[in-house]
Amino acid sequence: MRLGNRLVRYQSNCVLRHAPIVQAVIATFLFAGTIGSAIADTTDAGEKLFKVCKACHEIGEGAHNKVGPHLDGIIGRTAGTVSGFNYSKAMLEAGTSGLKWDHENLAKYLERPRDFIAGNRMSYRGMADTKDRETLIAWLGKASSAKAAVDPKALPVAVPISAEARSFTDIVLAQKGDPEYGEYLAGECVTCHQSSGHADGIPSIVGLPADYFVHALFEYKTNVRRNEVMKLRVVNLTNEEIAALAAYFSKLEPK
Amino acid sequence: MQGGLTRRHFGLLLSTSAAVLAVPAYLRAQGKPKVVVIGGGAGGATAARYIAKDSENAIDVTLIDESAKFTTCFFSNLYLGGYRDFKSITHGYDKLESNYGIKKVTGRAESVDVAAKTVKMADGSTIPYDRLIVSPGIDIVYDSISGYSKEAAEIAPHAWKAGPQTELLKAKLDAIQDGQNIVMVAPPNPYRCPPGPYERVSMMAHALKGKGYKNCKIIVIDPKEKFSKQALFQEGWQKHYQGMVEWYGPSVHGGIKSVDVKSGAVTTDLDTFKGALLNVIPAQKAGAIAAAAGLTDDSGFCPIDASTMRSTKDPNIFIIGDASIAGAMPKSAFSANSQAKVAAMNVRGDLIGSKVFPAKYANTCWSLIETDDGVKVGAQYAPAEGKIAATSTFISQTGEDAALRKSNYEESVGWYSGITADMFG
Repeated sequence: MRLGNRLVRYQSNCVLRHAPIVQAVIATFLFAGTIGSAIADTTDAGEKLFKVCKACHEIGEGAHNKVGPHLDGIIGRTAGTVSGFNYSKAMLEAGTSGLKWDHENLAKYLERPRDFIAGNRMSYRGMADTKDRETLIAWLGKASSAKAAVDPKALPVAVPISAEARSFTDIVLAQKGDPEYGEYLAGECVTCHQSSGHADGIPSIVGLPADYFVHALFEYKTNVRRNEVMKLRVVNLTNEEIAALAAYFSKLEPK
Repeated sequence: MQGGLTRRHFGLLLSTSAAVLAVPAYLRAQGKPKVVVIGGGAGGATAARYIAKDSENAIDVTLIDESAKFTTCFFSNLYLGGYRDFKSITHGYDKLESNYGIKKVTGRAESVDVAAKTVKMADGSTIPYDRLIVSPGIDIVYDSISGYSKEAAEIAPHAWKAGPQTELLKAKLDAIQDGQNIVMVAPPNPYRCPPGPYERVSMMAHALKGKGYKNCKIIVIDPKEKFSKQALFQEGWQKHYQGMVEWYGPSVHGGIKSVDVKSGAVTTDLDTFKGALLNVIPAQKAGAIAAAAGLTDDSGFCPIDASTMRSTKDPNIFIIGDASIAGAMPKSAFSANSQAKVAAMNVRGDLIGSKVFPAKYANTCWSLIETDDGVKVGAQYAPAEGKIAATSTFISQTGEDAALRKSNYEESVGWYSGITADMFG
């Protein structure tokens, strides 16, 4: 019964030693920043669903183009027509051939964006649930300001971020990032964030505006966004390196 | 040359002028510098792709691998657990050929003539190189466990190189009946994928639990006193698979003496453990070509220069991935992919004088314990005093909430898509 005794010793040992430590770590891995939501505080189901869109799209008063076009006046808008946004060829063609974002088309698009308009750049797999799509579309109609923004470029570019983050972003972007150095450094990013812009469990960072990119990294550094992997990568980056990465990724085109 | 001739430029001049002299004008296109990569896994495929991509066709890249398709060892545990099918962890090289102009040679590299700078293939052909990247992964040291052999692995699979062995282990796992036990012999350090054996235990337990089996045990006989993410796995086993997993280190079993694959028995100093399924993961060494090329040291792995991944034994050869001695970096696909980029940059610097930046390395290893319960460990690395040393690290904590664990798993799925796209284009 040597085995028995040693097992008991071992098992009691390990159970005690590794008693769970309760930690209050609240992490949403969604690439959901704190940006651009001029929406009322009451979180309804549609707004919750919009969280996944928020990384790339703004809606409501003051919304401007980010990775994706702003969504003001989206319902009824002709595809590919927000001024100042660099659309894919596929989306422009869809617009030219008369595609309008009515409820029906939006629902089809959101279900499987890549199937509905082949070759468009939106890095989103799709929303499988019919009800979720309806809820989201209804919310989009409600949240978008009454009329479409006239010229998104004329809107204030500064996003509502903390003074600290703003000053960090300014300091970093004051130096001209070297995209070639950025491309080398990006080797570390593209192991997870695909250089094609496809997203599959890890958000796309291709084409992110430099300002947004630097601000996001600052938030990882300061635990506003909580992700240990990202924090680890970011704390080791110098300002020069962050600027180089921002320069590289902001110019990268999704495939 | 104004502004002086650097060593790198000098080498470039030499190689181009030699090429111009040696071949007729119409063949000058073939006078491009040649890179041969042995091994088409996380290290080799990445290196081949980055050299071809970033040199914009200025370098000829040949990628040698025995297989026409590559099955990733990473995520093969998720195949055992039923989360992935085999096809989803198997990848072709067609995009590397069509999109990047890489020449894929399917065959076994047998030896390297370092003086002539040629790779000799098993079929007798030779492939010349200016720079060689050796990324063969690991070979199993069968005789590190008495009673184990290549033949024995057909009965008691190691499944530590993905492919038929993985499918064999899955078939044997699927055949387990309620009440039967599984015995795993875990490997000694250093080995590929430190948390791998324990993730595998978790995935096997998940599969058995999923069938409603209540009387199966997975017994792990470990030659190590401690293992990667130990607290996390043991917490997870308690939580999800209570009473199913027994782990014994050498202070309990006293030492592994032998295995008998026919009876499924592992004999230790303490006792003999028997299972209907025996999974023996022996000690490991660098893939055979590394030793054949004279690149290994007494450890069986390959010493490298920490700032370039260049072999300390031959300046024309780089070694990346599991076969290299990469200091504090674990042997993982993530590490190999990271090392590949440093090697690729230095190869381009050598051959076409492109910019070489200071080396930086990274690793993250995710492990799945049970559905939506993923944990991770990671670090950043940089060369320091001749070795690759960690500059910062993190590891998941015990007692974390479910949302974080779920996001870890989702992140690992995203990483799988990311790294395989980074490898295979």
